[in-house]
Amino acid sequence: MRIGVPKERYDGEMRVAMTPDVTESVRALGYEVVIETGAGVASKFSDDRYKEAGATIAENRESLYQECDLILKVRAPSQEQGELDLLRGGQYLISFVQPAQNEALLEQLVAKKLTVLAIDSVPRISRAQKMDALSSMANIAGYRAVVEAAQHFGRFFTGQITAAGRIEPAKVLVIGAGVAGLSAIGTAKSMGAIVRAFDTRPEVKEQVESMSGEFLLLDFAGDDDGSGEGGYAKVMSEEFIEAEMALFAEQAKDVDIIITTALIPGRPAPELITEAMVRSMKDGSVIVDLAAEMGGNCKLSEPDKVVVKHGVSIIGYTNLPSRLPTQSSQLYATNLKHLLTELTPEKDGVINVNMEDEVIRGATVIKDGELTWPPPVVKLSAQPKKAPEVAKPVVKTEKTRSPWDFLPPFAIGAVALLGLGAVAPPSFMSHFTVFVLACFVGYMVIWNVSPSLHTPLMSVTNAISSIIIIGALLQISTDGLLIRFLAGSAILITGINIFGGFAVTQRMLEMFRKQGE
Amino acid sequence: MSEGMMSVAYIGATILFILALGGLSRQDTAIRGNYFGMTGMFLALVATISGVVTANYFILIAGLGIGGGAGLVLARRVEMTAMPELIAILHSLVGLAAVLVGFANFLDHGNSLIGAEKSIHDVETYLGILIGALTFSGSIVAYLKLSAKLSGKPLLLPGRHFFNLGLLLASIGLCVLFVSQSAAGGGSLPLILMTIIALVFGVHMVMAIGGADMPVVVSMLNSYSGWAAAATGFMLNNDLLIVVGALVGSSGAILSFIMCRAMNRKFLAVIAGGFGTSSGTAGTGSVGDVGDVQAVQANEVAEMLLGAKEVMIIPGYGMAVAQAQHTVYEITRKLRDKNINVRFGIHPVAGRMPGHMNVLLAEAKVPYDIVFELDEINGDFPNVDVSIVIGANDIVNPAAEEEPDSPIAGMPVLQCWKGKTSVVLKRSMATGYAGVDNPLFYKENSRMLFGDARDTLEEVLKNLN
Repeated sequence: MRIGVPKERYDGEMRVAMTPDVTESVRALGYEVVIETGAGVASKFSDDRYKEAGATIAENRESLYQECDLILKVRAPSQEQGELDLLRGGQYLISFVQPAQNEALLEQLVAKKLTVLAIDSVPRISRAQKMDALSSMANIAGYRAVVEAAQHFGRFFTGQITAAGRIEPAKVLVIGAGVAGLSAIGTAKSMGAIVRAFDTRPEVKEQVESMSGEFLLLDFAGDDDGSGEGGYAKVMSEEFIEAEMALFAEQAKDVDIIITTALIPGRPAPELITEAMVRSMKDGSVIVDLAAEMGGNCKLSEPDKVVVKHGVSIIGYTNLPSRLPTQSSQLYATNLKHLLTELTPEKDGVINVNMEDEVIRGATVIKDGELTWPPPVVKLSAQPKKAPEVAKPVVKTEKTRSPWDFLPPFAIGAVALLGLGAVAPPSFMSHFTVFVLACFVGYMVIWNVSPSLHTPLMSVTNAISSIIIIGALLQISTDGLLIRFLAGSAILITGINIFGGFAVTQRMLEMFRKQGE
Repeated sequence: MSEGMMSVAYIGATILFILALGGLSRQDTAIRGNYFGMTGMFLALVATISGVVTANYFILIAGLGIGGGAGLVLARRVEMTAMPELIAILHSLVGLAAVLVGFANFLDHGNSLIGAEKSIHDVETYLGILIGALTFSGSIVAYLKLSAKLSGKPLLLPGRHFFNLGLLLASIGLCVLFVSQSAAGGGSLPLILMTIIALVFGVHMVMAIGGADMPVVVSMLNSYSGWAAAATGFMLNNDLLIVVGALVGSSGAILSFIMCRAMNRKFLAVIAGGFGTSSGTAGTGSVGDVGDVQAVQANEVAEMLLGAKEVMIIPGYGMAVAQAQHTVYEITRKLRDKNINVRFGIHPVAGRMPGHMNVLLAEAKVPYDIVFELDEINGDFPNVDVSIVIGANDIVNPAAEEEPDSPIAGMPVLQCWKGKTSVVLKRSMATGYAGVDNPLFYKENSRMLFGDARDTLEEVLKNLN
């Protein structure tokens, strides 16, 4: 099958759905790859590099749409760019679709009799993580949000104490600790800022803390958990929102930068930063609204623009991943590659939309011109919803040791020894003394042996236990033929042991070496 | 040589043997310790030969020469992966020697003991042969199991405990019979019968023990070979033999104890045989979603490694089987050259013998100061970016900590799942020797790399370049 990758024509879209590296791995799956000329230029991938990777370059997009069976895109095809008209019946399309927000587009695609896989509808399960383009893009967006904030924030991020005085570190509040939020926390933290974060889902507290952010807790009595389907947030109760807004209002007076990433799937973004809060912020503060496209978390933000209101710069860029096009293209193309790998189990270059596979089922929004969205609910595995049965640690029943615990075995041992001493002749007892003392010496010495030398220990003890040869030597000089034979055989086999045991120990010990030796 | 001189030589040999074992406490003194051992042996042999042997030098020299030559060839030729087999076969030889010496001593009526001393001497002879025979046949079976000439599965005869008890009672009865007959100058029949019983017991005991318990078996047989030497020492009234036997016996016993502790199993339960046969509930329910593993390719693993700062490699028996240790070392060297901190975490029962993994890694030239024990390293996992588990299963099974009803509950395990990512190299999804499913494979931060460990690691190595 032939895969076509057209240039993205949406205003400000710099990404491309295929990179030269990924071209090679996709060709290994049995596909031919056709790239529209100049498709990768904005992402710094020249036509030549695609050619080197084995792709063909199409001179114009009309021929590309005509000759290819599978179209890979970043943005959903649009009417204004004329992309919808170029698609033909029976073709496959993989791109961002956002089926929940784009009902009209879905109808048009259905009418075209296409098969459409929405990369943003890949279910959020562990197996599908490598295809989760929403996460890979959100990660980039979070990073870029901090960089944009730094650009408009006329001060240091990190605190310093210099000869000329003290520089206060910037305080950053991140609202919404999803992938983008966590990425923003990590970036701001690594630039030296004090980072606080808030999220309605209490289970992300640990993740925030793992990025060394401070998780803000709500002063709220109710039992409201904001975790919805698929690890995303859900709509909260009124009391909760009230408490939340009070927290934000208080924080707004203190922090210098607010980064909001709060989105609820398929709904307009919740308004979290009111005009009053913006007014309460210090002059020169910055708000980055990552939800601007969905209406914004901040009342005053405007999509794709930077506005200054009440002395606060409000950044509403909607396409932050496009501002790091090379790497976002790389990650997006890799996500697509993983999806294609799932779609081509035979590696024969033929796409197989297997509706039994829950990942493919979830991603497929239209199959052969029939709407298959929304998919049936997928069982979650990414995170058990509330982990109701907290795994009990194995209870170690360590008895508290009484100092007199040693008494019973000691008493038994003493009685046994006394009994032995009563009957045994003195010559035996002197050997027995040696035996017991040697056991104790052995006990003390062996505990000090390094565990890494346990094998050499076994081979060397083997060699020295062949001291039993002495028993054979004592008898070798007798006249009895049988005894001589027995003693001779014993010498032979202990000889194997003595020489073999010491030699193999030596061989092993010589292998142990330190770094640099 | 006078008796006094011989005693002095024996004292010297004893001290040298203790120093030999003491030297093994650190790698840099270990080689010196081995030399001490050799010197001690040399001293003891020279003193005995010059002091006791008066005739038949030809047999003596021929025996030592042939045996020694064979031993040296064996030592030079053996593959490091086959070390457990070699150790087992060497144990069997000590056992056999104890049996031969015991019989020779019994047949040699040179000493004229009477009364209680005679009885004690007979019991000592009897015990020496018993332990020797048991060690001999047990080690042979262990060798066959380790070299896969016999199945590693435990053989569980019906009523095996009663069978063992019967054998024990029979040998006690024969002992009484032997002592009374020996006083009258006879006793060969009960002695031979007992030897047969001991041989059967040794076979039966090791047959009933499963493959994963092999480290315990090998160290237990090590201990027995020591006790056999000690019993022979009592028989011969020889303190050197008694001391060496006691040293070796307690050494093996401590090793068995360490192994049992590392598996959280009772020594008696291991000897009684059969993993999981006595525990009622098999662990089934595991935390999280079962059945969803994430397979990765070698090139992705290489990328993960290159992106990491802290890498932990956890080898298991599978590394030995696949002979992958040299490739592991090449990967280690590549990564360390790039300033990635690669370390090894070794579980005490990884492999088939105590210290098995350390020897394999040493053979592959991995420096010992980046190889760490379970206790030293377990706290470091949260800082580890990538853990690579090579052919290990039960020793990294989180069920041991998380599921109280799992058959391996309470066993200390390497907590690789606490790191950022674990890559598990495995041939298939089969369970380990304990037959317990491993929830590690289904964890969100685990990746599976399927295939023969050596092939996949070669592939990873290629992708590191």
